[in-house]
Amino acid sequence: MSSPVTVGPEVVLRLAGISKRFGPLLANDGISLTLRAGEVLALLGENGAGKTTLMNILFGHYVADEGTIEAFGRPLPPGSPRAALEAGIGMVHQHFTLADNLSVLDNIAVGTESLWRWRSDRGAARRRLLDLSQRFGLEVRPDTLVGELSVGERQRAEILKALYRDARILILDEPTAVLTPQESAGLFETLRKLTADGLAVVFISHKMNEVFAASDTVAVLRAGKLVATHATASTDRAKLAELMVGRSVKPPAPAPLSPGEPVLELSGVTVASGHGRPLLDGVDLTVRRHQVVGIAGVSGNGQTALAELVSGLIRPDSGRLSLKGSVVEHGDPADMVRRGVARIPEDRHSAGLVGAMAVWENLIAERYHDSAFSRFGVLRRGAARAYAREVIEEFDVRCPGPDARTQLLSGGNMQKLILGRTLAHGPDLILASQPTRGLDIGAVSYVHSRLLDARAAGAGVLLISEDLDEILALADCVTVAYHGRLTPLLPHDRVSVSQLGLLMAGHWDVLRDILPETVDAA
Amino acid sequence: MRLEPRTDTPLALRLLAPVGAVVAALALCALLVAWTGAPVLRAYGLLFEGAVGSRFALTETLTRATPLILTGLAAAVAFRAKLWNIGAEGQLYMGALAAVVVGGGMLDLPAWALIPLVMIAGMAAGGVTLLGPAVLKVRFGVDEVVTTLLLNFVVLLLVSLLLEGALKDPMGMGWPQSAPVAEAAELPKLVARTRLHAGLAIALGLSVLLWLIDTRTIWGYENRAVGANPRAAAFAGMPVTRVMLRTALLSGGLAGLAGAAEVCGLKGYLTLDLSPGFGYSGIVVAMLAQLHPIGVVGAALFIAGIFVGADAMSRAMPVPNYIADVLVATSLLCMLVAGLLARYRLRRG
Amino acid sequence: MDFLSIILDILLSAAFWTAVLRIATPYVLGTLGELVCERAGVLNLGIEGIMTLGAMAGWMAVYQGADLWTGVLAAACCGALLGLLHAALTVPLGLSQHVTGIGVTLLGTSLSYFVYRLVLPQASTPPTVEPFQPLALPGALAQTPLTYLAFLLVAVVAYVLYRTPVGLAVRMVGENPAAAEAQGLNVTAIRIGAVVAGSALMALAGAFLTLSAFNAFFFNMVNGRGWICIALVVFASWRPGKALLGALLFAVFDALQLRLQQASGGVLPYQLFLMMPYLLSILALVLVARRASYPRALMIPYRKGER
Repeated sequence: MSSPVTVGPEVVLRLAGISKRFGPLLANDGISLTLRAGEVLALLGENGAGKTTLMNILFGHYVADEGTIEAFGRPLPPGSPRAALEAGIGMVHQHFTLADNLSVLDNIAVGTESLWRWRSDRGAARRRLLDLSQRFGLEVRPDTLVGELSVGERQRAEILKALYRDARILILDEPTAVLTPQESAGLFETLRKLTADGLAVVFISHKMNEVFAASDTVAVLRAGKLVATHATASTDRAKLAELMVGRSVKPPAPAPLSPGEPVLELSGVTVASGHGRPLLDGVDLTVRRHQVVGIAGVSGNGQTALAELVSGLIRPDSGRLSLKGSVVEHGDPADMVRRGVARIPEDRHSAGLVGAMAVWENLIAERYHDSAFSRFGVLRRGAARAYAREVIEEFDVRCPGPDARTQLLSGGNMQKLILGRTLAHGPDLILASQPTRGLDIGAVSYVHSRLLDARAAGAGVLLISEDLDEILALADCVTVAYHGRLTPLLPHDRVSVSQLGLLMAGHWDVLRDILPETVDAA
Repeated sequence: MRLEPRTDTPLALRLLAPVGAVVAALALCALLVAWTGAPVLRAYGLLFEGAVGSRFALTETLTRATPLILTGLAAAVAFRAKLWNIGAEGQLYMGALAAVVVGGGMLDLPAWALIPLVMIAGMAAGGVTLLGPAVLKVRFGVDEVVTTLLLNFVVLLLVSLLLEGALKDPMGMGWPQSAPVAEAAELPKLVARTRLHAGLAIALGLSVLLWLIDTRTIWGYENRAVGANPRAAAFAGMPVTRVMLRTALLSGGLAGLAGAAEVCGLKGYLTLDLSPGFGYSGIVVAMLAQLHPIGVVGAALFIAGIFVGADAMSRAMPVPNYIADVLVATSLLCMLVAGLLARYRLRRG
Repeated sequence: MDFLSIILDILLSAAFWTAVLRIATPYVLGTLGELVCERAGVLNLGIEGIMTLGAMAGWMAVYQGADLWTGVLAAACCGALLGLLHAALTVPLGLSQHVTGIGVTLLGTSLSYFVYRLVLPQASTPPTVEPFQPLALPGALAQTPLTYLAFLLVAVVAYVLYRTPVGLAVRMVGENPAAAEAQGLNVTAIRIGAVVAGSALMALAGAFLTLSAFNAFFFNMVNGRGWICIALVVFASWRPGKALLGALLFAVFDALQLRLQQASGGVLPYQLFLMMPYLLSILALVLVARRASYPRALMIPYRKGER
């Protein structure tokens, strides 16, 4: 099944038969891997394939049900991040593990000296940190509070944290998810410096191009099983894609449609943040029927505010928001629903659904005042359940029935539930925030096809996503968010990934190359 | 060892949890009883007998349970919406205050009009008392736990001020107590020649009513959604702030009603020792009931039985009656653990 | 005399400031204790019960013949035990910190009354002990040793939190426990330790009441001081220095209302003055609530490996 990699330097890490079960889910199923000094191993797999679970076991956050781990020839005690650190394993988590109220130096030094010393030796810590920073070209500001750092700086702090503890094996979990393409290239440069120094690196990814850009070896996980290990140079994209998904996949192909009348218009919309830069700064945007408009950008550049605005959770401080030609004066969520906006929230667990309530109760959450579901303040529970059964059927929600508790559903089924709640009523505008984040490939293509169906039926779609591939596959037009501002709409066939990357990093001068006529006019 | 959430909590387990908690609390407190030198089994026997062993004991326990059902409902309703109302004690006194003011003879009305009026006045006073902290919470983000706790002290001082001033009974021989309420404001007795009054019927009716509201109406639906996940409720378009304030009025109102019913059904006038901590015991009642309105009745009966029984027991043996308070506190802590074990299972690794 | 000159007279008397320091002491200790717990991410509403138990245990030890400092130690140990109970329920088990805290308060209070009544079944007037005597240090207003200890502890807690590795660890588990665990720290142990230490400090506040401020144990003697400490922690933005400042400011107002109460000669009901501390605390909370920078993980249980 796996082709042996050429015999090279010493093996630094050996995982043997790792299995881990979460309730009914077998997250890791007998996985064995080896890692050599100076090697970059890419752990490739779809969301939910078990990559992060495996690395969390390696780093001691979880304890495996079965299997053993050996680092530098010695068995690693399970379930202890401390033991992993002491064995020379460092991990950069996808959600950074930094405390915002502490300085970079404190974040890096905490836990490295005995807790019961009379004084922290900050001087020595600072010298060591600056030394490492210089050696690997990782720039830091030791005394700045982490809360004030940019995403890229936080990631450098995370890497330095591992190096500071003499990590010889570095694990990076989806390190590029929050970076622009250019920043990602910088990260891969750093990884090369580290491996030249003899470190071994494991990085988790579900993006093919990164695997080829940075790794020596690639291990593919699917549904908790290790399906193949290859030298990266001896394989190709198509082969890896098929291994990853288990079948060949074809990307969604939206049929060309000519855009209709505008359904959403923002003009000069500003949303203040209470301190410093506004969240949205004079934004103009138009979404038309039969059109998908994609908002690209590194997270934290105003996308959340834009989504909350269109959801009705916040109101513009200045500027206008119109739906189907009429200005929304005092928008609130209920009003937006009445006006025909289908809202798919960024975080389905905390904002989309009430996990403790039943499926039917969540399905009527936006329209329980309708006479179909309540009369004189009394719920018509029978009617609501019957309606829920219909939606469950139509949107293929896998659940025991309308009375099942929502939190027991898988992520994909939760998203289908939200789609069912919002799309069943023929919306004019769909706001889709990160609609496929964390979903497996089947659910992703289901969501995409539903969005494209709605587009064909006449809805306008505002798609906010951090996944550039998703935006380029679905959107008719793209705009990039940076510091609360939006670029003009760019037709998706006139803009390249690297141009988008530059725009995401704030280099808006490239607009001149993409849209010479518009920019000159402005 | 690791805790893993159960996908489903069977009903039997939910019913078993409070029973297990109570048994554990009795076992732990047996150590204290043994420390006093009294024979443990006999002490608990006397406690049981004192709570339910005779017609008199039984009616006393039911009388004691009346305010506990109401404060228990007050806590359950609030906690469901994640409104941490620890101020039921103060709201109870405000309700009692309203009862002696409205029912104190300034209105010459027949009983069928005066009693509802006094009860509503009590509810209103209690509700408004909690409305303050609730508004501070939703408007300024002030933690309601501390504000409701602190208000308890303010209310007691206010009551003390009025009992020594405006409301002082001229016939009270100098004691700080109010003039008695008018005869027409007194709640009728349920059983002749006992202290058991109609407040119990009101409390039982309300717990059924609240259960129906909770499960059958839009109100209950909104309350449950806001309590379980306010962000999702707001996203779906529910009026989260209004639900919070509504819940505050209801919770405070229930506690205020407890005070009004104690005054009009039992004491007849207001003193500073009207409540031996009914507001705080209500929290224990609500937790033992797992915040279920019908369960509150059972939990209140249990707690009332402990208090009444402990009084009887401490008269017969050298065990201070504070053992009841210790038992109640221990039951609460044990219930928290039992509730956890019902929701989670222990797993190795 | 007009109102202003009465106030000026009061503020200029040494006796007033001596009283301020005495009144401030339990608030300083209680606030410090709560602050340590909350910095580690655990709200400790058991404070009222822990202070009551500290007051009773300290007094009881001395009443039974122990010397004063042994009494203080006994109080601290009892407080630490209740703190351990609170920590055991809220940290590894992750139970609601609100409800557990209320339970600990109910337990601490009822247990204190139970033991007191058990030992002294008939006492109608509370028996007294010989309390700590004021000690004149050069250049300071004469105070009892526990007051000096409280002020010293402010510096100690500040030093530990900001200058030592263990303090850094405490601040980190209160902000981002996952980050602390990724650095190899034992989040559970650090949180439990902080709650136990903080609770011992709270119990010292109780012991001050029975062994320094008064000489006997009364029912309801803590009288909401614990809850006020919780408000003071918020007011102090979780910083020991500001906690000291808050407690002193609060004590100034409290001492002032006591004097004004005497000076007003019964024109206004005394209850109005007694309400002031509670209303002031609420006001302080309202003033700072908007810009309060809570420890990010406060009240959020941390379970290792939870998905």
